[in-house]
Amino acid sequence: MGLIEAIILSVLAASTPLLLAATGELVTERSGVLNLGVEGMMIVGAACGFGGAWLSGSIIVGALCGIVAGILMSLIFALMALGLAVNQVATGLALTILGIGLSGLIGAGFVGERIAPAPHLHIPGLSDLPLAGRVLFGEDGFVYLSIALVVCVWWFLYRTRTGLILRACGDNHTSAHALGYPVLRIRLYAVMFGGACAGLAGAYLPLAYTPFFIPGMTAGRGWIALALTVFASWRPARLVVGAYLFGAVTILQLHAQGAGIGIPSQFMSSLPYLATIIVLVLLSRARTGGSTAPAALGTVFVPDR
Amino acid sequence: MQLVLEKRAERSTTIALISPLIAIGLTIVTLCVVFAVLGKNPIAALAVYFIDPLTDGYSLQEIAVKATPLVMIAIGLSLCYLANAWNIGAEGQFLIGAVAGSWLAVKTQGTDAGNWVLPAMLALGAVAGALYALIPAICKVRFGASEILTSLMLVYVADLLLDYLVRGPWRDPQGFNFPTTAEFDPVATVPTLIEGGRLHLGSIIALFVVAAGAVLLGRTIKGFEIRVVGAAPRAARFGGFNANQLVLLTFAISGALAGLAGIIEVAGPVGHLQPGISPGYGFTAIIVAFLGRLNPIGILIAGLFLALTFIGGEQAQIAMKIPLDVTKVFQGILLFYVLACDSLILYRFRLISTSPKVQSGAH
Repeated sequence: MGLIEAIILSVLAASTPLLLAATGELVTERSGVLNLGVEGMMIVGAACGFGGAWLSGSIIVGALCGIVAGILMSLIFALMALGLAVNQVATGLALTILGIGLSGLIGAGFVGERIAPAPHLHIPGLSDLPLAGRVLFGEDGFVYLSIALVVCVWWFLYRTRTGLILRACGDNHTSAHALGYPVLRIRLYAVMFGGACAGLAGAYLPLAYTPFFIPGMTAGRGWIALALTVFASWRPARLVVGAYLFGAVTILQLHAQGAGIGIPSQFMSSLPYLATIIVLVLLSRARTGGSTAPAALGTVFVPDR
Repeated sequence: MQLVLEKRAERSTTIALISPLIAIGLTIVTLCVVFAVLGKNPIAALAVYFIDPLTDGYSLQEIAVKATPLVMIAIGLSLCYLANAWNIGAEGQFLIGAVAGSWLAVKTQGTDAGNWVLPAMLALGAVAGALYALIPAICKVRFGASEILTSLMLVYVADLLLDYLVRGPWRDPQGFNFPTTAEFDPVATVPTLIEGGRLHLGSIIALFVVAAGAVLLGRTIKGFEIRVVGAAPRAARFGGFNANQLVLLTFAISGALAGLAGIIEVAGPVGHLQPGISPGYGFTAIIVAFLGRLNPIGILIAGLFLALTFIGGEQAQIAMKIPLDVTKVFQGILLFYVLACDSLILYRFRLISTSPKVQSGAH
């Protein structure tokens, strides 16, 4: 296996959790809800996902545990932000603080344990093709799932009636409500979908990326996923580009550290975070003609009868 | 029958007053459940958490020491949140303040520098914190980038910078390769208030900050502008208030206070620069700000209460082997309940009938 192929493989692996979490958040935000708790949902998903896989010995059970944990976390958020009309920024922060504590409690029993990482696809012949064989036909299941998910979300948002209604809720909840659509219920489902994706993204880390759990292993990926939705202008196709770009930055700085080019490792490690800031600034500046964000993003909605 | 939320005609002053207390009560009930799940006696655990630290002098001082950075940071954050500017990177500003002030302490180490060192360190910490907070503020007002994400990203950057400095250029040559600077000279150390005690000058500074915050918000035009911009942005525009300028101002103040808290922590209780100087003060201060209802006096009380949970958490770990993460869970749940109870100031629940027939009969 050549170096280039190895780098592409590791970039895909590093990008997948970002893509999964950002896809879920994109749907949530398109319905008009800003859930800043992605990091919290991810880290709880990571702890529960690893716990599930370690106890059952099955990666699929682990992934399902991560998804369920993410949904449960998102339901707390929904109860607050939708049910009680609480400020979404503050609620999202609370969810992240809670999630970091909870994951430490849940994961305490699993620290130091190892599992067999998620198996990679192997199609005799195809996976052994030179150059592109491993990259196209030799990934773990999560990588394919994440790409399928983005395609489904694109189809749902732009090609189905329900997707149109969801976007309407995100752009003008008052009008959507006046037309008779159940704004809060649609937003609830969107928040739960976001939670499921974030939980799965978190579970990916200990199930496939590194085969063990350490507290705080999401290391800000949830926040980078939030930035990615801005980067993508809330469009699924651009999300793929953004996620793989960020994955590439993460992997390249690791390789640069390994090559020992004389720059302190801490500076290289800070690159993904600095890149996020620079990208946010550049994109926000380029968009002087008007925002592409869902118009009702982050505003509370209390239906009047 | 269906339970719905509806807006009150006026904000309820009764609930505004008692909502933090309800929130704390609900959190303690939830905490009992957590203790029971962990297989600990809830009553005994609560006593270790909330009563024991109040019974001896050392712990009482330690509560004040822990509350000092929390209160200072939260006062600054409350200004931001009142102006609807979301600075969530106080943790990073705290670390940068600590780094900037420590620079002077490291440079003057072993020289016969006079008493000017500590004041200069505090000033450096405050200025560096303010400048660091201005990065996300400028990105927001100049380019429209979300200050939430940029201020948070800078926390990770500050953490890595501190890590680099104490492992590289500033590492104590006699430190057995531990990632730490040498112990600061006496002129670079925040003096304690009681001989041999833990309480230090920083706590007095924190009280001044509370007073200054109360005066700024209650007695000055700038404070009024901050509150109007957050509560009624349209009215603020008609009033000719410059919202962008207020974002810069509130970020700069909160960054300066976080930076000052950072250098006080390093030059006071810690005594040298090392990784892990903050158990998440910058994030816990967000909870303090909300629990204190974004009001300076409320923040002082809330800061003391959350400091109590830090100390109680440490004692519970030692005495009952309760994991430290319970404290974080506790703080997260507390913030949820505070926010939920606050919602009831503006809204109320009502049971309505879902059957249209009954409704028309009632009219």
